[in-house]
Amino acid sequence: MRLAAFAILLAGLAFCFAAPAAADDHLEFQEFTGLITFEGRYFPQHSLHDGQREQSLSMVAEPEAYFENEGGQGLLLKPFFRYDSADARRTHWDLREAYGLLFGEFEDSEWELRIGFDKVFWGVVEARHIVDVINQTDLIENPDQEVKLGQPMLHATWLNNLGAFEAFVLPYFRKRTFQGRTGRLRSAIPIDGEQTTYESAAQQHHLDVAARYSHNINILDFGLSIFDGTNRNPTLSLGLDSGGGVVLVPLYEQIRQYGVDAQITTGAWLLKFESTWREGERDSASLEEDFLSLVSGFEYTWYGIHESDIDLGLLVEFLYDGRDQRATVATEEDLFVAARLAFNDEASTDILFGVQQDLDKSTRSLFIESNRRLSDNFSLGLEGNAFLNVDANDSQFSLRKDSYLQLDLTYHF
Amino acid sequence: MKLINLFALAFMTVLAFGVLPGFAETPEEKGLRIAQEAQAHDNGFGNYTADQTMVLRNKRGQESERHLRISVLENEADGDMSLIVFDRPRDVRGTAMLTHSHKVEDDDQWLYLPALKRVKRISSSNKAGSFMGSEFAYEDMTSQELEKYTYRWLRDEPCGELTCWVSERAPIGKNSGYKRQISWVDQKEYRIWKVEYYDRKNAHLKTLIIPSHQQYLDKYWRADEMLMVNHLTGKNTRLIWNNYDFGADLDETDFTKISLKRAR
Repeated sequence: MRLAAFAILLAGLAFCFAAPAAADDHLEFQEFTGLITFEGRYFPQHSLHDGQREQSLSMVAEPEAYFENEGGQGLLLKPFFRYDSADARRTHWDLREAYGLLFGEFEDSEWELRIGFDKVFWGVVEARHIVDVINQTDLIENPDQEVKLGQPMLHATWLNNLGAFEAFVLPYFRKRTFQGRTGRLRSAIPIDGEQTTYESAAQQHHLDVAARYSHNINILDFGLSIFDGTNRNPTLSLGLDSGGGVVLVPLYEQIRQYGVDAQITTGAWLLKFESTWREGERDSASLEEDFLSLVSGFEYTWYGIHESDIDLGLLVEFLYDGRDQRATVATEEDLFVAARLAFNDEASTDILFGVQQDLDKSTRSLFIESNRRLSDNFSLGLEGNAFLNVDANDSQFSLRKDSYLQLDLTYHF
Repeated sequence: MKLINLFALAFMTVLAFGVLPGFAETPEEKGLRIAQEAQAHDNGFGNYTADQTMVLRNKRGQESERHLRISVLENEADGDMSLIVFDRPRDVRGTAMLTHSHKVEDDDQWLYLPALKRVKRISSSNKAGSFMGSEFAYEDMTSQELEKYTYRWLRDEPCGELTCWVSERAPIGKNSGYKRQISWVDQKEYRIWKVEYYDRKNAHLKTLIIPSHQQYLDKYWRADEMLMVNHLTGKNTRLIWNNYDFGADLDETDFTKISLKRAR
């Protein structure tokens, strides 16, 4: 895996070094920046499994080096390292970003080419990102699924007054990361990534492709996307490991996904809509079933409440998965309600907290995220998730004792 | 007889609409004319880039700094475009804000969050809110299009060795944090030397002092430094401008959602 990844990276770098050579200006080192984070997690409830602990300490380093030539074309390297005291699987590293960037103008249009490991985000909603499909989730990082692994890609963009046209060629598939046996927030039956299978005979080397058109007209920003390739979301089935123990084995199918995302921004209102149609994924009954997903809602902000500097935002989103009881996600029919407080002080203090409630089961999760700057270089973060009344038929059932609070101190350099 | 009547009517109409220059100009017309002339004086700069340092000082005298880089593209047809990239504090490094301002409608604004590589369209109705915790509000930092205010000339007054027009302008939009602003603009080069800001309750909220300007390309005057003092909280923010560059060769493709993701 690493070999293939590096081969692609090297090819990308070679291209980047070679391409501007004609203009006889070469890449020069620009800056070295990044962050180091110390993180502590505390799980107040007793664990379900032996070997799991009530607390963990972790350290993250994410340096970033940037090179640029005189034309502004650049090369970025951004590896990621984590050491975790409680889960050996969570001690891991990744190449988050390592790409060469070329761009230019052609008559009235603008073009851009990115080659290498990169991260791409699509979408507008907050509760769950369904349209966003390019990068694999680094699930071991955070159960909110917002942390992503670097994806090797060739990403071309063409932008003119009709909008932005993007094409993606994704030559290598990254497997989702999962917790180890001693890690909290894991599935009840451990996942054995060694036995991973693929629908495609090409396995991780299947050539995935994607395209996106996006534009903004007045108060409307929208995107239409299509993805054809290896499902980032695995189907898990029961199996046995080499010692005869029961495990879950991930299967990555070939899927096609059509996506729409749109936002209307008017006054203090943000109206948000995301929907996907996915073909080729198996549901929880192991049947291939085409299905519709939808996340839609709004965000409204009251600025300077009670004549203070504080802004209060209200976020409401509805989540739907057309497979209903056979959905492989816990959010088949859920309501997400959250409040965002931005204090607009020197420390840029902000707090986001809320609830996600399953509408036909009892499952409820509460969450809080807060950040505060301590100085020019240090910041403090607080995060918490509480999994309450989890229904036994819900895929979140294994998390019912894993509510946690997390505190992190970050040094930015 | 009929002809004379018509002529008289035409003359009265001209008078009523104040088309005759320098003839019975109301304070409102004079205020608008000064603002229009000031804008015309600055027209044609094309684009520029500059570095900004903000020094935030609280009541106890503790200071913290913000470092940003700004690019501006002139767009006489609709409204200027601007891109602001944050360098310090380090936790927001790489965050960038793109604004397409409009003469009449709300501005379009996008925020780029580098950690998520996400571009978010944000509401531009938060005009009164503090920009980065400073004493400058968002509406003080973005393009102030002529059409978004009503004007009234108050008086002429000496300012240093020059004479200033002292005029009032009132924002038309209901999202502004101000009821009115009073500005001191010199009659020689249309430079702003001082602005007093009055909040919605007409209390004197802030004063902006611009002690010195520099001329670029032998034509365009820009502030070297701006001091915004908040009279209600006792806090102040010094905004220092550096490295003005009017020859940056920017065009609309440098102010798109795609180029926003490249901002660094």
